[in-house]
Amino acid sequence: MISWRSTWSIYTRELVRFLRTAFQSVLAPVLTTSLYFIVFGAAIGGRMPDLDGVQYGAFIIPGLLMLTLLGETTSNSSFGIYMPRFTGTIYELLSAPVGVTETLIGFVGAAMTKSLILATIILVTARLFVDYSIAYPVLAVFYIMLVAAAFSLFGFILGIWADNFEKLGIIPMLFLTPLTFLGGTFYSIDMLPKPWDTIALANPIVYLVSGLRWTFYGTSDVNIWVSFGITLGFLALCVSVIAYIFKTGWRLRA
Amino acid sequence: MDPILELNGLSKVYRGGLKALDNVDLSVRKGEIFALLGPNGAGKTTLIGAVCGLVRPSSGTIHAFGHDLATDWRKARSRIGLVPQELSTDMFEPVEHAVSYSRGLFGLAPDRQRIEEILRSLSLWEKRGERIMALSGGMKRRVLIAKALAHEPDLLFLDEPTAGVDVELRKGMWAIIDKMRARGTTIILTTHYIEEAEMMADRVGVINRGKLLMVDEKDAMMARLGRTEAHITLAQPLATLPPEIGRFPVELEAGGTVLRYRGGDGTGKGKAEVAELTKALIGAGIDYVGIDTRESSLEDIFVSLLGEGEVPQ
Repeated sequence: MISWRSTWSIYTRELVRFLRTAFQSVLAPVLTTSLYFIVFGAAIGGRMPDLDGVQYGAFIIPGLLMLTLLGETTSNSSFGIYMPRFTGTIYELLSAPVGVTETLIGFVGAAMTKSLILATIILVTARLFVDYSIAYPVLAVFYIMLVAAAFSLFGFILGIWADNFEKLGIIPMLFLTPLTFLGGTFYSIDMLPKPWDTIALANPIVYLVSGLRWTFYGTSDVNIWVSFGITLGFLALCVSVIAYIFKTGWRLRA
Repeated sequence: MDPILELNGLSKVYRGGLKALDNVDLSVRKGEIFALLGPNGAGKTTLIGAVCGLVRPSSGTIHAFGHDLATDWRKARSRIGLVPQELSTDMFEPVEHAVSYSRGLFGLAPDRQRIEEILRSLSLWEKRGERIMALSGGMKRRVLIAKALAHEPDLLFLDEPTAGVDVELRKGMWAIIDKMRARGTTIILTTHYIEEAEMMADRVGVINRGKLLMVDEKDAMMARLGRTEAHITLAQPLATLPPEIGRFPVELEAGGTVLRYRGGDGTGKGKAEVAELTKALIGAGIDYVGIDTRESSLEDIFVSLLGEGEVPQ
């Protein structure tokens, strides 16, 4: 039986940890997003044609949101579990009467909450630079939560896999960020010359950016259901991996 | 008395082949202080880890409060507390918050009064708002104890609770352990300080290379394995021992100038025998100029056990 008190304790502690560094956690993404909007939205965007009938400055919002969301969610979640392993405080979690469910809801729920706070801040910041409206706001929130959940789980796996700080940073830095940049954040896949438009479809981030863009403007590079399917599939894969980790105690229990 | 913790055939082989626990059987009774003694790498922390869920046993069973830890671990763990050897806690957290978190993590409702009681008993109440990083080493260790007590465990593991703590603080820690025992908490502690086990423990277990060499009541162990040693400095050297002296467990040393007695047990029998020996020496006309007697300590027994590597009969 799930202990909701234990879950709440893990969740609130993680949020308090986030609030301790709130200035850095909030200010850095706001500053980065503002710079993107100044450069790509105002400076270059003014000279760009509308894409799929959407003004360029508005077109890049879902991509930029996804860029921050993937990076922050993954790093928040991976640090959340890696730091107790690194400092040894994980003993308390492992010796407590809590299982995979409480741990996941606590850690991943907190990482998701942080991501949703950041997403809201980014959308508010974007509004200062670009005029935009969201076609399907409920679906957009749902999709953001789905992606945040999937990448919180992914970050959690990363935090358990990593045995040093270098490994912790290598996946977001060398894989996630480049794939997001190449995943249609700043352009439509249709704009790529052949065969790159087809090759780009091998990049899983394309489906995430495209899916979120659909909830914003009703247009996308790939079918929205494919995007939902891939996101759900990734979520299920991460849950399975974590279930295996807890079952075997890999990198958690000696 | 009913056992609160039972280990049967517990073994742990780490990847790489190191056998940290080798077929350990152990039964710990309710309300006792059990000291687990052993050198570094003996398997003490592995044993604690196996009970507390930090280590996956390779074979064997663990039952706590009648619950099998392999299947019914939630119920068992909710009644077990652990104070680790390392000072592992979030150093940026304020003391009271850290202790309250531990209580919540174990599924208990917030109880500020109980937290206050725990912090006061550990002389931490005045420091409740301070970040743990700002505290001294001894206070940090007390915070770890407070965290372990926050969910009011019935069984508490203290892994080297006084390691690296100065003499005064160590005595303070003993007083804390005494208070916990008075409340009825069963305590299993590992220590390098044999003196600590001698002073606190009801029963003692000696572990080395993963094998539990011996478990016994401390007093019974002292009685069974304890010895009295007396060095009697003779006025004149002796070449041989007269028969009335030779019936005692004695040997001549230092060119016949010292008579060494080694015998008795941990109950004081040896002292009485030394008194008899001195009378016998006078009766035999052997004069002596000095007597130095010494009772063996738990440390001597411990060192002797480790040297033998097997259970003495």
